[in-house]
Order: sequence, then C-alpha cells, then structure tokens
Amino acid sequence: MKNQNEHLETLTEIRSLMERSSRFISLSGLSGVAAGVCALAGAAMVYLYLGLPLFSNQRLYYVEVLEQGRWGIHYATFFLLDAAAVFVLALASGIFFTTRKARQKGQKIWDPMAQRMLVNLAIPLLAGGIFCIALYKTGNFGLVAPATLIFYGLALVNGGKYTFDDIRYLGLAEILLGIVGLFKPGYGLELWALGFGVLHILYGIIMFNKYERA
Amino acid sequence: MKHLLEKLETTKLDNRIRLGIMSMLMVNDWVEFGAFKEMLGLTDGNLASHMKVLEAESYVELRKLFVGRKPQTSYTATIAGRNAFNDHLAALEALLKSGS
Repeated sequence: MKNQNEHLETLTEIRSLMERSSRFISLSGLSGVAAGVCALAGAAMVYLYLGLPLFSNQRLYYVEVLEQGRWGIHYATFFLLDAAAVFVLALASGIFFTTRKARQKGQKIWDPMAQRMLVNLAIPLLAGGIFCIALYKTGNFGLVAPATLIFYGLALVNGGKYTFDDIRYLGLAEILLGIVGLFKPGYGLELWALGFGVLHILYGIIMFNKYERA
Repeated sequence: MKHLLEKLETTKLDNRIRLGIMSMLMVNDWVEFGAFKEMLGLTDGNLASHMKVLEAESYVELRKLFVGRKPQTSYTATIAGRNAFNDHLAALEALLKSGS
C-alpha cells in the first residue's frame, strides 16, 4: 500500500511534467539584464548623436538634426545602425545566457516549446516591424518609438503563454509605456530607454532571483 | 478511506508512467512519440506497451503523419482520458486530505 509521501511525490511529478512539457523554462533572467544594458547603450548613442539635454521635449532638436544629420551620417542610417546593433547584441547575449542555463540544468534549448514560444513572439514583432516601416514612410517619425514598445509588449504577452507567466507583466508594462508615448510625442527616446532598458534590467533581476538563484 | 484507495487502484492510471503520459497530454493538444520517450526517459518498447494500455481504455487517440519518409506518431487525450485523469487526481487529493 502506498503512503502519503508517495502520493505527494506523484502530484509533484505530474505538475513538473505538465510544466516542462508545455512551457519553455530555460529563458534566463540574465539575458533580460543584458538586453536592457544593450538598449540603454543604444539610447545613449542616440542622445550623443542628437546632442540633447535630458528630459527636454525634443521635437525641435529632431527637426534640426533630421535636416542636417551629424558626424557626417544621415539620421536614418544612424538610427537604423544603432537599432540593428542593439538588436543583434541583445539577441546574442540572450541566446548565450539561455543556452548556458539550459546546459546547467540539463535541458534542451531547441525543443518544440522553444519553437512555439519563438513563433508566437515573432508574429506581433514582424507585424509591428512592418507597421513601423509604414509609419516612417508616411513621415510619422514620432510614432515609431511608441509603436515598437507596443508591438514588443504584445509579442511578450503572446509569447508569455509558452514560458514563465511573469513575462506577460513585462509585456503589459511595455504596452502601457508605448501608449503614453503615442500621446506624448517628443519623449519617445526616454520612454524607449525606460521600456527596453530599465524594465528589461528590472525584469531580469526579478526573474534571476525567483528562478535561478541556487 | 478504503473506497478511495480501491478507486485509485482499479483505474489504469495507477501507474507512474501512464500517469506521466496523461499529464503531458492534458496540457498539449498533440504530443509526438519521441517527446514522451525523452521527457519520461523510456525505451521504445516500454513506452509502446504503456500506450497500448491507454489506447485499449480509449484514453488516447493516435494519428500518423509522414515527415518526409518517416512516419511520425502523435497522441492526443480523448474526453474519456481527460475525465479519467481528473478523477484520478481528485482521488489522489482526497486521499492526501484524509491524512492517513
């Protein structure tokens, strides 16, 4: 006859199997911190480029720089290079820390759960990317930064169904910042730095303490 | 207390592996044969024999797809299977609460 402990063990095992077979749980908190640092560095580059005082309404500065460019680089080229560098570095560090965590815990990184999470992240991101290109083409430059925040937040809420629930709250916070940005043009860069930089770092630290600290 | 135990032991789910298989099917629509093997750490033969039991009870349904030339078998839980799993879990919990 089985005893209490065995039944408890069975229940724990069921829960663990359900968790491991339906969610991608190798995502490392450190990758969030790294992504946040990359984003802050990227935002700092833009500040330098624009030559801005902090927290000033920047419409006028934008107009000036947009017309003349700086350091011999056209603003569109600079923004694009900067954003691409942030994206590549953040992605690379995310892959690095997540692979490391998976290896430490003996989990596979490229499993059906990871694929499902990435597909669900990618759908709103791609739609958002195309939307931002359209904004840029129609001259709505000020809406690009808030739009990236909103679509990124939607991607997190969507992908969050297949990983830790906590990521949904990060997604909701990004959406909120993006919405604020829609109605506060000129503060796009600050909100962007807050959303992609500060929030990522906070989230990463919280996740690391909650799931990874041994 | 006694009837609870009996209830547990008469169902085909009173087996770690079969319960594990059903746990995975409760949270996924379709699960591929290889995924069970990996997650539960089983051999082909061992897993197949447990699957046969679950199939015989109509707790699971299978479908075969061809990926390239390789047949790929996936499983899903039937309504009967889901009910059996939920009943089994409820019985387990009741047993724990009765605190013997």
